[in-house]
Amino acid sequence: MLKKRIIPCLDIKDGRTVKGVNFVDIRDAGDPVELAKAYVEQGADELVFLDITATVEGRKTFAELVEHIAEEINIPFTVGGGISSVSDVDILLAAGADKVSINSSAVRRPVLISELANEFGNQCVVVAIDAGIVEGNWRVFTHGGRTATDIDVFAWAKEAEHRGAGELLVTSMQHDGTKGGFAIELLKELDAITSIPIIASGGAGSAQHFVDVFQKARVDAALAASIFHFGEVPIPELKNELRTKGIPVR
Amino acid sequence: MIAVVKYNAGNIRSVMNALHRLGADATVTDDPVLLRKADKVIFPGVGEASSAMRYLRDRGLDEVLKNLNQPFLGICLGLQLMCKHSEEGDTDCLGIFTENVKRFPSGKVNVPHMGWNNCNELKGPLFEVSTPSPLRGTPPFKGESLLSERTLDQGASSPPSERRGVPQGRGGYFENSDFYFVHSYYAELGSQTTAKCEYILPFSAALQKDNFHAVQFHPEKSADVGQKLIKNFLEL
Repeated sequence: MLKKRIIPCLDIKDGRTVKGVNFVDIRDAGDPVELAKAYVEQGADELVFLDITATVEGRKTFAELVEHIAEEINIPFTVGGGISSVSDVDILLAAGADKVSINSSAVRRPVLISELANEFGNQCVVVAIDAGIVEGNWRVFTHGGRTATDIDVFAWAKEAEHRGAGELLVTSMQHDGTKGGFAIELLKELDAITSIPIIASGGAGSAQHFVDVFQKARVDAALAASIFHFGEVPIPELKNELRTKGIPVR
Repeated sequence: MIAVVKYNAGNIRSVMNALHRLGADATVTDDPVLLRKADKVIFPGVGEASSAMRYLRDRGLDEVLKNLNQPFLGICLGLQLMCKHSEEGDTDCLGIFTENVKRFPSGKVNVPHMGWNNCNELKGPLFEVSTPSPLRGTPPFKGESLLSERTLDQGASSPPSERRGVPQGRGGYFENSDFYFVHSYYAELGSQTTAKCEYILPFSAALQKDNFHAVQFHPEKSADVGQKLIKNFLEL
């Protein structure tokens, strides 16, 4: 049986791990490779590394880091942050990443999704969607959740799928950083209208939140950052809890 | 020396990284002389079947590969290209295995099959372990879920006779272990199947004929169990 995936997410700035609460507050949480290795040992199923560096030098450091991660890590990993072209992706995949995640650049130029899918295959294109409620409707946000657009989240999810996205990484801005649980209703509806895997993100605060998102929203994977980084929900205990509730995990 | 076949299909780097982690001396090459001379050959791959086969044929590598005598390991597309025929691009493949490759039927379930899935009814040296290993990644509590999952998923549907051929305790380390898969096409079950996996339908997770071994999953991305499997191959 295909297992539900648990994915720790590491935010990277200038080659170091940082942690984001509502994408704004930043705290240094260590060496990415060491942290990644620790997660592999704990039983993480995949890893995501998001580069939040703004400078050219920082981008170069990130590509070097990806190479280092690929040498050390024996599970699949996704990289994202600031990717806007086929050549950006070429560099990161050549460095050893398995998948890339695109966000603002795909909203700005949706054809990027098709370009990447054609060039590298659907399985390595993850479209990240930051969703926030504006006047009662779920809208797509860009630029790390700072900029609201008038794009409907559900329409965008379907378009991303049609253009060749292999997975959707959906973060609710309403839930992110709250530790109050995932956006079950949003995720459930997205799962119903798409037929590609959905990775739930934003709001994880306890093992029960993961149980809920797998049982109620039926997503394929769940991603979290700070609760893993600070050991609030250790992955082995989380997996035991999921197993106890009959959710298939590795 | 381990030769990793160089052709127009990806993920060679991940395989090289895995070999380096195991301390193996490996070279990426499409030189027939080096391929024939190598102690072992690995045939990785993420890509499209018809263009990969065309590439191999144009360079005469198809004949070179299928006539090799040393231990040979195909991975993912590598496994599919070792089969008889693939529906992907209606491609005649190397024909080392008699099984055919088909596309997963589209429907309610996502295609590609992507993620960690358990393999059962393991046979052959890749899955054999002489001494139980305390490697991380298959913690003891797995045993509990193994029992319940087998009862739910497999036990009821597969008759005991089907499992009689599996050497008890030999594939024990790997039996029901999860490996990482990414694929839209699968090799059918057949006489050369050495591991079964189920997604939409049961298919060959591994095949073997003489010195030719192949796995549909990515051992280089399958944490410690994958690493152990590659180590088994290197020790053949």
